[in-house]
Amino acid sequence: MSISLSNISKSYKKVKAVQDISFDVKPGELFGLIGPDGAGKTTIFRILTTLLIPDDGTAEVAGFDIVKDYKAIRKSVGYMPGRFSLYQDLTVQENLSFFATIFGTTIEENYDLIEDIYVQIEPFKNRRAGKLSGGMKQKLALCCALIHKPKVLFLDEPTTGVDPVSRKEFWEMLKRLQKKGITILVSTPYMDEAALCDRIALIQDGEILEIDTPKAIVNKFPKTIYNVGADNMYKLIQSIKNYEHLYSVFPFGEFVHYTDKRDSFEIEDLKTYLENAGLKNIHIDATQANIEDAFMELAR
Amino acid sequence: MREAENVIVADQLTKKFGDFTAVDAISFKVKKGEIFGFLGANGAGKTTAMKMLIGISKPSSGTATVAGFDVYTQTEAIKKNIGYMSQKFALYDDLTVKENITFFGGIYGLPRKKIKEKREELISQLGLENISNKLVGSLPLGWKQKLSFSVSLLHEPKIVFLDEPTGGVDPITRRHFWEMIYKAANQGTTIFVTTHYMDEAEYCDRVSIMVEGKIEALETPKKLKEQFNVASMNDVFLKLARNIE
Repeated sequence: MSISLSNISKSYKKVKAVQDISFDVKPGELFGLIGPDGAGKTTIFRILTTLLIPDDGTAEVAGFDIVKDYKAIRKSVGYMPGRFSLYQDLTVQENLSFFATIFGTTIEENYDLIEDIYVQIEPFKNRRAGKLSGGMKQKLALCCALIHKPKVLFLDEPTTGVDPVSRKEFWEMLKRLQKKGITILVSTPYMDEAALCDRIALIQDGEILEIDTPKAIVNKFPKTIYNVGADNMYKLIQSIKNYEHLYSVFPFGEFVHYTDKRDSFEIEDLKTYLENAGLKNIHIDATQANIEDAFMELAR
Repeated sequence: MREAENVIVADQLTKKFGDFTAVDAISFKVKKGEIFGFLGANGAGKTTAMKMLIGISKPSSGTATVAGFDVYTQTEAIKKNIGYMSQKFALYDDLTVKENITFFGGIYGLPRKKIKEKREELISQLGLENISNKLVGSLPLGWKQKLSFSVSLLHEPKIVFLDEPTGGVDPITRRHFWEMIYKAANQGTTIFVTTHYMDEAEYCDRVSIMVEGKIEALETPKKLKEQFNVASMNDVFLKLARNIE
């Protein structure tokens, strides 16, 4: 295993940041930690990168123990923290040279690994890092995390605050790095990015809700979900909340996702109910569960 | 049927910084009670456009009225008639729930009696009775956001500007938040959401998409998805922003 956690717990004073967490990441896998702010994602990263010692449990990264072998781990992993932490007053090139030197290597030695990312920021190589745009900073940080050719790459919310175009490019870069044999652990609060990982752990309040492939997690969803739409979203939600057979209702863009308590649900029955409640342009049809549906059901 | 009143009307609104045109002659209207999504990539001009609408940046040319007031000459009246909430700046962490409400009530110029009334109403609506004397900094993110949205409505503004309101929140809390937005809109408050999170766009009645200072699309999410023949607003955005096939 490239990464292996068993029964890891960590508290900050009274707050239990992570509780009894165990999972494995296989060599070459792209593994996602998916959960909202405060779920414990960053604590897990800090423990695995040897910046924080857990209260309980053990973990290994690239075959090394996170407590005993912390120096070996630091040489073998790349870490891109959530907050931009390069030197703002060094230039792009100076930052990269600095990180290469720290790890006892040179930019030239591992250039093939970063080439297709670095060429995008090379036109700005003499610009100070603090003056780069968000997308550019993110690319530079990734280059710096890769310059010593790590076996395992840790990316803590790399796409937070980044627009859809840059997000898409970033995930394409990760897929290419994966092909070069690097194991990647990435966290994100965006459920739509879960589908891009080989396997994911859904995490909330320091506990893991589920670990599996994105597809398997969605397939395990226990109920049929219906898209329901009408002319007034507020009245629609209020009316459905009073429907006696309601199991769950959540707004999902232009529709709400509705599930029913009964096994034999009749669309016409709900439609009549909503019509009697004064709603118009009613639309009901079955749809597929997605990761957010699964997350909400597991967090219930 | 009477046509709904427009609360934002922008016509050829433009902002230049030297040679650079940040906002390039945008024209659009937003109706009363509408949830309007204002989308664009980083650097597309969203923030500059919004600053003009909320009266803190003077346009280079073009016209606009917000809540019936002119963005050149009546900026103080605009500020009194709008609310603002952002993920980055919301409430004061080292004031309690009650103190925050009182403080913002004061900022918005509400009379003392009205603040007290609103404070009690809001605390009971959000179910915050037991924690009304706790520091806001100690509350979970989701509660902070709901409180922050409610505070932006304290002075009963005609329009609320929301800047990336739900990023990072868990999916259930996010949906509670959108239910609050639907409720406010249903009561006639116009909601103007700026965001580059496309899943927030899916909840809007209509969305505009800015690319390099211009509005390249303005439609309901449903029609945009049909027009571009894709399943999500994210895909609509990718097609527009990159002009890819």
